This record gives sequence, structure tokens and C-alpha cells, in this order.
Amino acid sequence: MKTVLEGRVWTLGRDVDTDQIISGKYLTILDPEELKKHVFEIALPEFAAKARPGDILVADENFGSGSSREHAPQAMRAIGVGAVVADSFARIFFRNAINLGIPTIEAPGVRALFSTGDTARVDLGAGRITNVTSGRSIAFPPLPGHLLDLLEAGGLVEKVRRELEAARAAAASRGARG
Amino acid sequence: MSPSSGHGRTLAEKILARTSGVEELVPGQIVEGSVDLAMMHEQGAQTVAPFHQMGAEKVWDPDRVVVALDHWVPASTEGAAGLHRILRKFAAETNLSHFYDVGHHGICHQILAEDGWVVPGDLAVGTDSHTNMLGAMGAFATGIGPTEMAAVLALGRLWLKVPASISIQVKGSFGPGVTAKDLILRILGEVKTTGATYRAVEFSGPTIERLSMPERFTICNMTTEMGAKAGMVAPDTATFDYLAPIAKHAMHPLRADPDAQYERTISIDVDAMPPMVACPYSPDNVRPLTDVVREHVRIDQAFLGSCTNARIEDLREGAAIMKGQKVAKGVRFIVSPASTKIYDQCLKEGIIQVFTDAGAVFTNSSCSACFGGNMGILDREEVCASSSNRNFPGRMGAKEARIYLMSPAAVVASAIEGEIADPRALA
Ligand code: SF4
Repeated sequence: MKTVLEGRVWTLGRDVDTDQIISGKYLTILDPEELKKHVFEIALPEFAAKARPGDILVADENFGSGSSREHAPQAMRAIGVGAVVADSFARIFFRNAINLGIPTIEAPGVRALFSTGDTARVDLGAGRITNVTSGRSIAFPPLPGHLLDLLEAGGLVEKVRRELEAARAAAASRGARG
Repeated sequence: MSPSSGHGRTLAEKILARTSGVEELVPGQIVEGSVDLAMMHEQGAQTVAPFHQMGAEKVWDPDRVVVALDHWVPASTEGAAGLHRILRKFAAETNLSHFYDVGHHGICHQILAEDGWVVPGDLAVGTDSHTNMLGAMGAFATGIGPTEMAAVLALGRLWLKVPASISIQVKGSFGPGVTAKDLILRILGEVKTTGATYRAVEFSGPTIERLSMPERFTICNMTTEMGAKAGMVAPDTATFDYLAPIAKHAMHPLRADPDAQYERTISIDVDAMPPMVACPYSPDNVRPLTDVVREHVRIDQAFLGSCTNARIEDLREGAAIMKGQKVAKGVRFIVSPASTKIYDQCLKEGIIQVFTDAGAVFTNSSCSACFGGNMGILDREEVCASSSNRNFPGRMGAKEARIYLMSPAAVVASAIEGEIADPRALA
């Protein structure tokens, strides 16, 4: 995983809940490629058509509140969101996004620094977000080590896969020795 | 006795200490907790692919997993039928026998409550954000996403950041027409939708001690709307009496220490508290019902349902107001019990008849109109009085539709009057 990400910014308001990211009528869709066509239909209607891989979302407080639906970050991953940065996140969304390997950064005050169309640079290691367009930047508390590990692995699936594989290998070598 | 760190521990800290084996823990610390109960509804269909991608071969403990279909029951779209099929197949392959399929179904949280799946001291996780409701059992119950659930099914544990706790102490008695729903709406009006983000909320005080278990379910249910990771009530006689005949596994009753450290303490006196309404478009946009009544807000639909307020007590109360009355012309009134057991009970008590005589639609048990993806969907410019828990834009259909959240009694009064109404005026 790259620790410095750069991308074009889309800004969002406060309290963008999961219904506004993927509406309830799409919840029976399992294919992320299908889901991504409807991402942000309510909060940012032009996004699905115009998004480019690596785009960075910058939201105000309480991004991703509401239901536990993973469809929301799945659709965001499928369309290629490079990172999502917000003044604050709702907790289940934060977990889901990190578990899917999307860099998810809480940086109070960040929304005021950006307008749609600006370029953002996110330095995960140093804990700094810069608006390349305006030159202004803001620091954020770096993610705890185990969350960086999760992102590093590419998400929870890969992390658990490695863990299970290691456990099986250990069991096999114990079996071989015994 | 308090640990040597010098401060007492909250209920959340005690449960996480028990389940992680880490005795000394502080808010912010990350621990691995062993899961006592894992619950999946249709969103569980999304756990199947990651479970296989992880290379998992079996579920850590099939007896600790409950699958309950609730959002689209019976399947109302091809997509929903697909989710149900995936879950049935997965359950058969991995020996998940606690499967509440169509005919034995109910809203997942209600199923966990009425069949004793979550008991004091448990760490419970579910693929639904309102899993918080089960905190009413004196448990730490929280919502997770499906990929995370796949990891739980594979390993039986998950990482948790120990949350700081907020203490909400409630005293006083409810006046006529005032319910636990009004209390939690009143609290939301103060704490707001972000006020408890990442926090555990612990309710206590004489009013809470007097609440029945169903009332405690209602208040813990809506801690989700405050952003809380968990909402809980310490176990007491009411909890033990409720669970004694149904508990599925051993209890570990825990209580906060008297000197527990809370990040914030909120004191509420309900003595003079009026009924409350959450107005569009946020559950924290709360006003006294009487103020809204004065504005004559016409409604198109009323909904008595959801995991917040569709238990037998809610439906009995609603039926008592409905009896002999009619649903107002031009209003669609949907009543959906929270489980098949509650449906059966309504049948026995003649409650279904009361509602259908009045011109209401009494549906089978499901999430029903609560989430805008199944039935009872609102068109633009429509207004709904609802006993559910969310009124965000688009929650029940069109994003312009306006949802007012209130107690079951107020929903029934509104259905009768055709506008948002005060149940006390009909008493
Ligand atoms: S009733 Fe509503 S809030 Fe409760 S689980 Fe179903 S959709 Fe979610």
C-alpha cells in the first residue's frame, strides 16, 4: 500500500448517512460493480458518472452514520475511491471501510480546507493532509498500528487469510514433528 | 473492589475485561474479545464470500450463531430471494441450525431477545446497527459489517477499542401518555446524533430500574441513533426474571463499580416530561408533541412497527386506542409485529381484528416499512408518523418524504386523526 495518496477532491456535508450513500432500495444487490452505479445517488448525484479512480472524498462530521450496510464502502471501493477523510466518522462505517482496505482518516477541521475539484495529498505515515491547490494543510493523529497493518494487508479478508494459513501451517508442522 | 489503577470500572469495561481476559483496561485501548453470540440477517449473505476468501473451513461455534431473516420476508424481490437462498445454503454447509426462516421469522433483535440468545455479561455482535438493543440484557452488544462478521465466524473473536462511557441517570415517573420512547427521544434531543459516537451509554437510576424489559429494549435500541457503540442497562431482577425460562447460555451478571469513571454524566428528570416527536430529517430534531400537534401536520401513512416499538406491549397499547375508532380517510396505516410469536399473540388476543376493523393493514412480521426497501414505501411529498427509529432523507422511500418518529400511542392517535396527534386527547 502506498502511504502517500494524491487525488482529486469531492466534498460532502455533515451527517451523510448510509442511506444517502446507497439507498435502501439497492440493498439486495451483491455485485459491487452494479452497486457503484448508485453510489452517492442522494448525497452527490453526479459522482457515480464522473468519479475517477483515486478520487478523495472529504466530508464534514459524522460521515457514514445510520445502518451497518457494507454496501456503502463496497460501492465506494468499487468505484475506486482512494481515501475518505472526514471531520468525524460514524463507528460502523469506519470499521467497514478499514476492513475493506479503504484508507479512512479522521481529521477534525479538514472539511473547511477543501472545495470540490481541489487536489488533496494524504500522508498516512506522517499524519498530514495537504490541499495541494491552496497549500494549506492539517495534521491528524496517525492510525493505530493494527489498523495500518489491516490497510497494509489490503483489508481484513487478507489479514484473516494469512492468520488462518499460519495456524494451519503451525498445526501441520506440529503434526509432522509428532 | 476497584483494580489497582485507582478507578472503578464501567459496565462496558467490565464486560470487555471478562471477554478479552485483559483485567486492566482503559478507554482507547484495543482488545480482542471472544464473542458469545453472533447474529446475521440478510446482510449475512455478504459474509459468505469473504468467509470463503479467508480460507475458513468451519464456523468457530455454530451454537453461538443465529440467522434471522427479517428485512424482506417473505422475499419481495428477486434480489432478496437470492440473499435468502445464499444464507440457507451457507447455513446448511456450516451447520448453522439456529436459522429463523420464513414462518418462524421476526426482526433479528427481537428474536435474540425473546429466545434468550443474549444474556448478562455477553459480548454480542450482529450485522445490524441496532444490535445495541440487546444491551438491555446487561450485555455489550454492537453492530458490525459483513466482512467483519466473516472474521468472527472464522475466529470467534474481533478487535474492539474500549469505549469511554456516558452515564445517563433517569429519575421521576412518566405522566399519562408518556413512554420509554418519549424518554429516548428526549435524550436524543439533548445528546444529538453524534453525541455518543464510539461511546458506551449506560442507563441507570430509579426510572430505569422500574422499566420493563421491552421498555429497556426501546431505549437501548435508539442508542444507535446517538452514534453509540453500545447502550446498556445493568442486569437486575427484571432481567433475571425475563431470562430465567429462556436463557440459552450461562450468565455473567456484572455491574459498574460505584466509583466508575464516566466521560460524561447526564441527569434527567421525567416528572414533567411531555410526549416527544423527532421531526424530519433527523432523530435528534426533537420537539414536544404538543408543539407539533398545533401545526396540524397532515399524514399520508402511519407505521406501527420496527425493532424499536412493535412488541406485544406496544401493539396492545395501540389496539386499546384503536378499538372502535377508524383510520382517517386518506391515511394508510401499516401495523407490523416484531416477530411471528408476537403475531400469534395478537391473533389470540383479537388485536389483529381491532386493527383490520379500523381499516389498518396488519402485516406479517418483518422490518416492513422501516427502511424503504420492502413495503410501505413513501413517495415524494408524503408524510409518515412512525414508531421506528430513523427519519433520515430517503429512509422510507423518496428522499423528500417526511418522517416523524414517536411512540406507538402517538402513531395510532395520528392514524385516527389524519394528522400528528396527541394520544392523551383520545383517552
Ligand atoms: S426494524 Fe428497521 S431498524 Fe430495526 S432492524 Fe429492521 S430495518 Fe433495522
